[in-house]
Amino acid sequence: MAMVSASLLMVPSLSHAQQIETGGKLLLTRGISTFEGSGGGGLTPWALITGNETNRGIGGSAHYTHVMLSDYQLRTYGAAAGFYDRFELSYTRQDFDTQDIGTALGLGEGYTFSVDVVGAKVRLAGNAVLDQDTWMPQVALGVQYKKSNRGDLVAALGATNDEGVDVYVSATKLILSQSLLVNATLRYTKAHQTGILGFGDKASLQPEFSVGYLVTKRLLVGAEYRFKPNKLAFAKEDDWMDIFAAYAINPYATVTLAYGMVGDVATIANQKGLYATVQLGF
Amino acid sequence: MKQAPTIKAALYMKMVTLCALVTASVLMVNQTAFAIELSKQQNQPVPAGEKPVDPYVQSNDNAGATPMTDDTVYHQFGGMDGISRIVDDLIDLSSKDERIEGIFRATDLVRLRRTLKEQICYILGGPCDYTGRDMKESHKTHGITMMEYNALIELLQVAMEKEGVAFRAQNKLLAKLAPMYRDIVLR
Ligand code: HEM
Repeated sequence: MAMVSASLLMVPSLSHAQQIETGGKLLLTRGISTFEGSGGGGLTPWALITGNETNRGIGGSAHYTHVMLSDYQLRTYGAAAGFYDRFELSYTRQDFDTQDIGTALGLGEGYTFSVDVVGAKVRLAGNAVLDQDTWMPQVALGVQYKKSNRGDLVAALGATNDEGVDVYVSATKLILSQSLLVNATLRYTKAHQTGILGFGDKASLQPEFSVGYLVTKRLLVGAEYRFKPNKLAFAKEDDWMDIFAAYAINPYATVTLAYGMVGDVATIANQKGLYATVQLGF
Repeated sequence: MKQAPTIKAALYMKMVTLCALVTASVLMVNQTAFAIELSKQQNQPVPAGEKPVDPYVQSNDNAGATPMTDDTVYHQFGGMDGISRIVDDLIDLSSKDERIEGIFRATDLVRLRRTLKEQICYILGGPCDYTGRDMKESHKTHGITMMEYNALIELLQVAMEKEGVAFRAQNKLLAKLAPMYRDIVLR
């Protein structure tokens, strides 16, 4: 709490900001966009703040993500804004399309679960990119409010709620001398399958990890692992993982290709497939 | 009563002498100060082609980073020849880049080239001493922002790429320089 209030005091007040600048971050250091909209990797949020702005400006980004799993398709799209390299606000819409398997599940072909995710993040301490002489990472606290549009169905599947809030803390560090980027996130959540199958009564703490290797200043390759709860009676829920390559074409456009493995989803086993994200930002 | 003018004259003479003495001693003190100043300047001769700077204490500590323990990365940079080309490129690029060129307009670039080469050579474990000022002192009047700082890092990356320095070796130097933002970025 002391840390939060200290960091709030460090925000430049609007009256002091003579002109608000845009741009200024180094390539890739705004992160990419997670499928939940927060700046980060693909599956897990990082402590980096989206947008190219520095402490004197604002920035933003928009993304479209397409995940082609064995039997499902997930499309997410949204926009986010970064303020003073300290705050991030995001909104993302997720469409989880059951395609042909919708018929087998008795839902109808192409039955789609949609979730709206509104996110906020504040950087509490550290500078992941520049603080190269200490182990102190960049640390951020974030929330994601999620609301499903299929309240009745997720209730029938065992969810007790069609909305929920995830709270997470992320620590991100670029270890430049090794060209490595590492992130660890701890999430407090009640979501079933990140909210696509609604929310339960029991919260749990779930860790998430990302590592990336900078091949060039434009190209980051890496892997992510996201632990997940497994609290629905009707279907098992697995941890998610991916391997990814993110390429910054220029300061404004980053494309990410990944291969994701998400295990069982709503009784359909062993879901995996290609994951592509286009992120535009300023 | 007749004596009075003589006494006045004597008093007057005394005052003049006193004034002269005071002036002389002030002058002498001034001269000592000047001599000290001069000796400091003589301790730090101004290299050819450079403008003099205010005196400061020379020390490798002014480089603002601990040097690497061996010279592997120094050689990956092509030694002093490579570093020299990189710094020359960096300064040329900085003097043209619209984001930061204004900051360098009034700068003694001859001195900057020399000290920056020394600094990088020293940090990379090369056979150099850094003779410039510390980072806080060097940049305190420039009001450098984070955007400007990152712009310079980008240009350094361009210069290192052009020299053909391996990306991993580039990052080893950047890892040493990056934390200097705490002394350089002031707003
Ligand atoms: C890690 C980053 C940096 C390093 C290692 C660095 C290094 C140096 C060095 C060694 C000097 C000369 C010191 C001396 O004269 O004794 C210097 C001076 C100077 N630097 Fe930097 N610098 C950095 C960042 C920047 C940035 C971002 C700017 C502006 C965009 C900048 C602008 C200048 C200027 C204008 C001078 C001349 C100062 C003067 O003579 O008054 N520097 N810097």
